[in-house]
Amino acid sequence: MAETIKIRAKSTDDTVTVKVLVTHPMETGTRKDSKTKKLVPAHFIQEVKAEAHGKVVFHADTGAGVAKNPYFAFKFKGASKGDTIKISWVDNMGNADSREAVVK
Amino acid sequence: MSITRRAVIKNAVVAGLVTMAGLPKLLLAAWPESAFKAKSMDDAMNALLGTTESAAGDIVIKAPEIAENGAVVPISVTSKIANTESISIIVPNNPSPLVASFDLTDSEPFVSVRIKMAKTSDVVALVKSGGQLYKGTKEVKVTIGGCGG
Repeated sequence: MAETIKIRAKSTDDTVTVKVLVTHPMETGTRKDSKTKKLVPAHFIQEVKAEAHGKVVFHADTGAGVAKNPYFAFKFKGASKGDTIKISWVDNMGNADSREAVVK
Repeated sequence: MSITRRAVIKNAVVAGLVTMAGLPKLLLAAWPESAFKAKSMDDAMNALLGTTESAAGDIVIKAPEIAENGAVVPISVTSKIANTESISIIVPNNPSPLVASFDLTDSEPFVSVRIKMAKTSDVVALVKSGGQLYKGTKEVKVTIGGCGG
């Protein structure tokens, strides 16, 4: 799979602001394909997790109500410039991806 | 001799049990399926948080007054409540009202996300703190729905 996650992590004072963009269709399961007139099966991210220093700093349970190509932003303390943050997601079809980024 | 052998095995078993007890907790931070499948806000709240009661709280929701495209509505929620444990975002007028639930025990009480909205609705942010539930709402008018068609 191509890269699905884009991460920007920026440290200001003692707080790290993380912005995450994931490429994902986020199908609700109620939309019809305009050509085949068949329902497009539900396909959405269920879990997004962020880890720093091996510790989970952010965890989200998400439903199909999150927009296509989801964007999340959050802030946490306990990491500084140069530290690595790892973002991972899992969807309802068992697909998953993770990526690491360095805090700037 | 045999006693030390026993002790070693015992330790190994105990260590194994501890690891096993620890793992499922991590893995089974299970996705709350019933809450996400709920068709009403009350059902979703009951399934996710075990209650529908909430007090008004100091919660700031940033969202557009009018969203032209309901498929992508940027919102951000900041909780000014001490010890914010989680923020859950609910859109009562969506077919499945629960959008997402963020565990913020180890992060700052802020989250930003882009959501879908089927039609004009309140956006509800529920903040859990110290066993108490706080609620903030903001209305967003939607001109084109983001679900279906």
